[in-house]
Amino acid sequence: MQIAGATASVNTMASQVLIKARNLTKRYNHFTAVDHINFEVYKGECVGFLGPNGAGKTTTVRMIYCFSPVTEGELTVAGMNVSTNSREIKRMVGVAPQEDNLDPDFTVLKNLQVYARYFDIPKAEATKRAITLLEFFQLEEKQASAINELSTGMKRRLILARALINQPQILIVDEPTTGLDPQGRHIVWDEIRSLLKQGVTVILTTHYMDEAAALCDRVLIIDNGKIIETGVPQELVKKHVGEDVLEVSYDEDVLKTLKEELPEAHIEIFGDQIRVFMSQPHGVFEHIITKFSGVNMSIRNANLEDVFLKLTGRKLRE
Amino acid sequence: MTTSSTSGLPKLTYHVWTVWRRNFDVFMKTWHVNFLPSLIEPILYLLAFGFGLGTFVTEIEGISYIQWIAPGLVAITVMYGSFFECTYGSFVRMYYQRTFDAIIATPINVEEVIAGELLWGATRATFNSAIVLAVVAAFGLISSPLFLVMLPVAFFGGLLFAALGMCFTALAPNIDFFNYPTFLLITPMFLISNTFIPLATFPSQLQTIALAVLPLTHVADLSRILVVGKVETLGGLSPEWVLILAVFWIAIVTTVLFILAIYLMKRKLIK
Repeated sequence: MQIAGATASVNTMASQVLIKARNLTKRYNHFTAVDHINFEVYKGECVGFLGPNGAGKTTTVRMIYCFSPVTEGELTVAGMNVSTNSREIKRMVGVAPQEDNLDPDFTVLKNLQVYARYFDIPKAEATKRAITLLEFFQLEEKQASAINELSTGMKRRLILARALINQPQILIVDEPTTGLDPQGRHIVWDEIRSLLKQGVTVILTTHYMDEAAALCDRVLIIDNGKIIETGVPQELVKKHVGEDVLEVSYDEDVLKTLKEELPEAHIEIFGDQIRVFMSQPHGVFEHIITKFSGVNMSIRNANLEDVFLKLTGRKLRE
Repeated sequence: MTTSSTSGLPKLTYHVWTVWRRNFDVFMKTWHVNFLPSLIEPILYLLAFGFGLGTFVTEIEGISYIQWIAPGLVAITVMYGSFFECTYGSFVRMYYQRTFDAIIATPINVEEVIAGELLWGATRATFNSAIVLAVVAAFGLISSPLFLVMLPVAFFGGLLFAALGMCFTALAPNIDFFNYPTFLLITPMFLISNTFIPLATFPSQLQTIALAVLPLTHVADLSRILVVGKVETLGGLSPEWVLILAVFWIAIVTTVLFILAIYLMKRKLIK
């Protein structure tokens, strides 16, 4: 089912860069939320903006969809400047914000119809698109329901459906699965994957690393308003953490021995757990496990969360 | 936000009506409930003050007390309809429902959202005053052929109170804040702006203040000439000058508050 208008796009001939930021900066009085960042988003990819709370990811995407004015630097979407062409840019972007801002005064179907009107979509066309979207997001049975009768997962899906009513080329999803149960998350992931297959460019912000790994072609890790790393999820894991992680129950003697045995390893304490990261762990971890038989140890695959915590540290934000 | 400028005149297009239409659709969903206050309240006031109090106050300026307060009720309706729509109503849409944020993510800009809200506030004032006019007519209290001109006056007067309310919405840290303008500004106007009690009976300094700063005075004066064909000498001005002042006062203050409301809301919403 064709949902988005991206495949029939206008700019296939031109450069594949759809969004470009140069020294992009956002300041609130004396607080710098986004600090001279540079990035590109290519047509058809899924880019994840990752970062702890308050890192600047939502501020960055809000500048992309022309909600927040740029303080300094340059930001273009499809070659248009966000400061001067906001109306044109907003026409080609779909936004699924983090908070629920569905219109509680209308039913599910009417929410989509009224939103379509904001894009000047004629009523018959709006209704047709709305029905298609409700089917795609498995909400067709709820079309006459009030918003407050929907579950959190249904509301998230309706927000995604609403973001697609203008058949956008770029879909911005700000923390799409926060607060959802595992079933709900997987439904949303499948739907985003299906949109990617149709050629929609997706910008995703999240602080769930499994989500980023599951969906994103590329991630930008943001902290304190700066991009501190960027790349393909699997490659970042390899580069910063290696393939495996050794997890050991915390014990002072074991920790001391580990440090002596593995001087080149990166060892971190996570609560009551010791985590050992090594660039060349093959055979070494197995050797350690045999040596410390009796101590609770296990080897697991390294993941994006390890990268994230290594790069952004463990200090609680907010 | 749309463009980078935060000053200058608001940039408005036909999108304003799309925002207006959203509120109209919500209103029509429950129109029978929304019309009820405008229908019942004037009947109660006319019964209580007109017939009740009217037995003691027999005549003002050659007309009965009930006929004297009828245009006042129309003016009060204009004030209440738009002021509360653009304080409590707009605040709920802005803060609790995040409706403005949702609309600003579409091609509509923030100025158009606020302008649409203000025009909607003025529209509600017009709807409500039309009902009150009908009630007043049913009581046989209309004695001027010009009474239908009160509808456009209600719209512009409504726009004034809508913009005034929206300025408070832009400044309100929370919804309880509206108790200040309601009890320090709206309720005093309700009582002294030539509505239930002739302003001409107050000390002349108070008359001058009411003419200088209280918008409801001017709406009530226009309502009284259009509904019952009467207007008095106020604050040392002849009846003609009271009316000329009312028209210009409303036009100028509405324009200023309209621009100010959009400016203040833009400052609040664009982050």
